[in-house]
Amino acid sequence: MAAIVTADGLRKSFGRRGSTSPPVLDGLDLELEEGAVLALLGPNGAGKTTTVRILSTLLQPDAGRATVAGFDVVRDARRVRETISLTGQQVAIDDKQSGAENLTMMGRLAHLPRRVVRDRVAELLDAFDLADAASRRVAAYSGGMRRRLDLAAGLLTRPRVMFLDEPTTGLDPRSRQAMWDVVRGVVADGTSVLLTTQYLEEADRLAQRVALVDGGRVVADGTPAQLKHEVGEAGVELTFASPSDAGRVAPALTAATVDGLRVRVPTDGSVAHVRSVLSAVEATGVAPEHWEVRAPSLDDVFLALTGHVGQERTAGATGVAA
Amino acid sequence: MTHLMSDVSTMTVRGLRLVSRDVDAMITAVLLPVIILLMFVLVFGGAVDIGTEYINYVTPGVILLAAGFGAANTALAVEHDMSSGMVERLRSMPMNAWTVLSGHVAASLVKNLATTAIVFGVSILMGFRPEATALEWLAAVGMILLFVGWITWLAALVGVLVRSPDAAGGFSFFVMFLPYVSSAFVPVDTLPGWLRGFAEHQPVTPVIETVRELLAGDVSGVTDPAGVAMLAVSWCLGLGLVFAVAAGLAFRARR
Ligand SMILES: Nc1ncnc2c1ncn2[C@@H]1O[C@H](COP(=O)(O)OP(=O)(O)O)[C@@H](O)[C@H]1O
Ligand SMILES: [Mg+2]
Repeated sequence: MAAIVTADGLRKSFGRRGSTSPPVLDGLDLELEEGAVLALLGPNGAGKTTTVRILSTLLQPDAGRATVAGFDVVRDARRVRETISLTGQQVAIDDKQSGAENLTMMGRLAHLPRRVVRDRVAELLDAFDLADAASRRVAAYSGGMRRRLDLAAGLLTRPRVMFLDEPTTGLDPRSRQAMWDVVRGVVADGTSVLLTTQYLEEADRLAQRVALVDGGRVVADGTPAQLKHEVGEAGVELTFASPSDAGRVAPALTAATVDGLRVRVPTDGSVAHVRSVLSAVEATGVAPEHWEVRAPSLDDVFLALTGHVGQERTAGATGVAA
Repeated sequence: MTHLMSDVSTMTVRGLRLVSRDVDAMITAVLLPVIILLMFVLVFGGAVDIGTEYINYVTPGVILLAAGFGAANTALAVEHDMSSGMVERLRSMPMNAWTVLSGHVAASLVKNLATTAIVFGVSILMGFRPEATALEWLAAVGMILLFVGWITWLAALVGVLVRSPDAAGGFSFFVMFLPYVSSAFVPVDTLPGWLRGFAEHQPVTPVIETVRELLAGDVSGVTDPAGVAMLAVSWCLGLGLVFAVAAGLAFRARR
């Protein structure tokens, strides 16, 4: 398959003349195949938004080159804009307009004929489960509804490429699930998607390829399966009152590792397996202080793939904790 | 660029919707000039002796003051669009993104037309007795809109340049200040010398005198009404052009 988005050695720093601020992008390369989903996975400050802004023509790189559908994002900016849609990290929707009014406005701004706009707006409101709220002001929408409307606002033109910057940050699990369904629908309609996220699970659920971004460059990439293989599975984590308690329980469990008070057992997360682990613990007669099933976190991913924890850079910004 | 008229009209519709649904701002926009009018007429009216009913003298000034307040809301609205991601989205589309500014300015003009009508109404209830023909009314309203036009483009420029809503709100101090140091509320020759120089050569004074001349006849002792009107129109068109171009350039430059 052909690449529809490419970036080659992107560099960008925001320092004013004379100052020596470190580069925000430091030679970033990526490639999105037509019809696929690529996730840029990285902590706050990694350079994800800056990358998306360059690819969507909002910002020019200091060096390097990027193309969308064969068009250079700097020289053919207008052609790129005709190809893409951007749904930024902030919801860009008017609170004082209704959902339908917001979408209609975006359709008019995309210069679609009135009748096409009307049909497409109805179609999108339906597909995004917003038909009932169509004539209500967005101010009355929940966070999840806003995000869905925000995404719909980018789809009036059926773009070939969609950029989604942290589409689910700050959403509750149910809204996140709904958002994932919506993104899958967009991809099924033939749109290629480049999304950024701080959640390994999100990249896993949506993307065919994941690029791990840290310090303004891609430090690892591959399929979610490859990444997970390297990071390892989820684990049942048990915390005990003393190291000796932990030491007594561990031998009773298959593939357990001990780290001080904590015992970790890899799991596929199924009820049957978790129950068997807990039964084995109970049989030892030693009760844990606390236990949980924990999926690998972004930190685990970075640790496994790069040997260090991702650099959180929140200079001046109030970052959203992952 | 293509589709310019379409973008202008879409963004104007948006601006009008946002303005007409901002109930708080609407109430302020109507109440504030009414309160100021009451205050000037009831409190200061007795103390200012200008040889005519004070309300005839002061109404045009209050209307321009109200226009200034309306413009401050434009600065806030533009700042919000710049920082909320709306402008980023528009810029990623094949459209004329700067028309977001003209949409806010057009909305401000319409809103001020409405508040102006209300203030005139209240003022007439309070004893304002304009002696104007329909044509003079039209000219006076046109003059007021020209004034609103330049001050709103200035507000749009401020909205593009500032980096916080607070800074955008600070613009209202500036627009408060201008009418006070003009012939809006007291004749210029009652001001101390150094202020008088400023008051005589700032745009609000000729605008006020033109509106006053058109509506209330000769109450401000203007000897050359046509000259003053020309001066007022030139000020407004000139400043409007300068600030509109500056706002457009600043919009393009800001990333
Ligand atoms: N316009 C800007 N001016 C100055 N610094 C910026 C600007 N945009 C981003 N940065 C800095 O660049 C770094 C990367 O930011 P960003 O691309 O937003 O990261 P991410 O989206 O991965 O959280 C951060 O340290 C941020 O403070
Ligand atoms: Mg970001």
